[in-house]
Amino acid sequence: MSFQNFITNAVSEWMNGEGEDADIAISSRVRLARNIQEYPFPILATDSQLEQITAAVRQVMEDEDCKRQGPFEFIRMDQLTGLQKRVLMEKHLISPNLMAESRGGAVLLSENEAFSIMVNEEDHLRIQCLFSGLQLQKAWEAADRMDDIFEKHVNFAFDERRGYLTSCPTNVGTGIRASVMMHLPGLVLTHQINRILSAIAQVGLVVRGLYGEGSDASGNLFQISNQITLGQSEEEIIENLTSVAHQIIEQERAARRYLMQNRRLLLEDQLCRSYGVLTNARIIESDEAAEKLSDVRLGIDLGIIRNIPLSVMNELTVMVQPGFLQQHVGQQLDSDSRDERRARLIRERLQSAME
Amino acid sequence: MICQECHQRPATLHFTQIINGEKMQLHICEVCAQEKGHMFPGGMNDFSIHHLLSGLLNQQGSNAVSFQQTEQEKSLHCETCGMTYPQFSKSGRFGCSDCYEAFAERLDPLFRRVHGNTRHSGKVPERSGGTIKLKKEVDQLKYELRMCIEQEEFERAAQLRDRIRELEQQIAHL
Repeated sequence: MSFQNFITNAVSEWMNGEGEDADIAISSRVRLARNIQEYPFPILATDSQLEQITAAVRQVMEDEDCKRQGPFEFIRMDQLTGLQKRVLMEKHLISPNLMAESRGGAVLLSENEAFSIMVNEEDHLRIQCLFSGLQLQKAWEAADRMDDIFEKHVNFAFDERRGYLTSCPTNVGTGIRASVMMHLPGLVLTHQINRILSAIAQVGLVVRGLYGEGSDASGNLFQISNQITLGQSEEEIIENLTSVAHQIIEQERAARRYLMQNRRLLLEDQLCRSYGVLTNARIIESDEAAEKLSDVRLGIDLGIIRNIPLSVMNELTVMVQPGFLQQHVGQQLDSDSRDERRARLIRERLQSAME
Repeated sequence: MICQECHQRPATLHFTQIINGEKMQLHICEVCAQEKGHMFPGGMNDFSIHHLLSGLLNQQGSNAVSFQQTEQEKSLHCETCGMTYPQFSKSGRFGCSDCYEAFAERLDPLFRRVHGNTRHSGKVPERSGGTIKLKKEVDQLKYELRMCIEQEEFERAAQLRDRIRELEQQIAHL
């Protein structure tokens, strides 16, 4: 399979809308930060050291256990155009950081896009595992397995007291960052979201935007992840986050029930209007698209809007991003043309889903 | 909110600029931001976790009363990669794994602030972890052994005792 498939196909397995509570918990991700003992961290490594790290990773691909998890495709960042990198970022397969500063950067992708192993990002290795729905335990087990495979071939920088040594002090210890992407329109509409987000902060978890640290939470999508990596075991971190995610899901369901019981007509009106906009608009900006897609998703969850699978909504969330849109059309587009293409793409995709 | 520049599109980017001590709020759209050079790579805000860390580290420095101590910090560096303590505290990132040793005495307060903890208690790699993994297993088995003795399960206790001896011999030979 060529790397082109990762870029031209919008659909990744994590978007299939399956897995526990997948209506609210869209996806679960576990990322492990690892470094190889013999080399300086990527910020200080020379070009030739970065090459050696890349070569070591390519060797791991030959491991029989690794092949069983795959098949994998190895992609160097310098082989990609800016737009292609952006598409991988929009699909959550690489980080904004690897997209922007990719000296010696590469990514090892499994065919089903469940594994994405970033090379020479902030750390030598970022082993990422992404699943649909609330499946943190499964994602951790898969990432752990892949970590063991790498460990057979390279010496990880590890210290008895500090754990896995990482470039940034915020990742030291387990090096684990686990996160759940959640769609929480009910909590936003009932104005409870801030209360819940500040409670989350008190239990060592953090809310980030859709593409991680520093990005916006648009379309009522929130990414909740662990903040602490030192002093807690991976299992504790996964259990904590899973338990908090369950509680947020319950709160979101309660908010939705409240809205359906007390403001049904208003809610139906808003959601159906949004559906009307998406199926008819000729120009749509990304913020408006995110907002209306969120409404339609909620409409599907509540049975108000029928015949559209959730996977289509997940797919559209990725497809309407600037990078993907331009890739889809096959040319660079200015902001105005993007708005037009975005509207057309949404109309077409929703129409074909209804047929 | 409408963009302050074009007065047409909605403002999607919000900045606070401080120029010569004067605070200015900017609300602009993506198009105008791009034209005015306010766009950041990947739509990311330039402010990152590293700025925060750097702030924390430098705060520790400014708490230090004597000039001598700051001088000492200035000369502190990692022999392996050459990263100096001032460089580390400015970037908020280590240069190599040996920096953890080089700046060891400065790190506990930082880790306590960021993680509320200074010691790892998670996964231990098979090889690089040396004997830690085996020692952990021995601790766990010893705990199980105590439980077995308390519950008078002597047959299982004997098995555990043999396994513990075996592991302890392995550790001694490593």
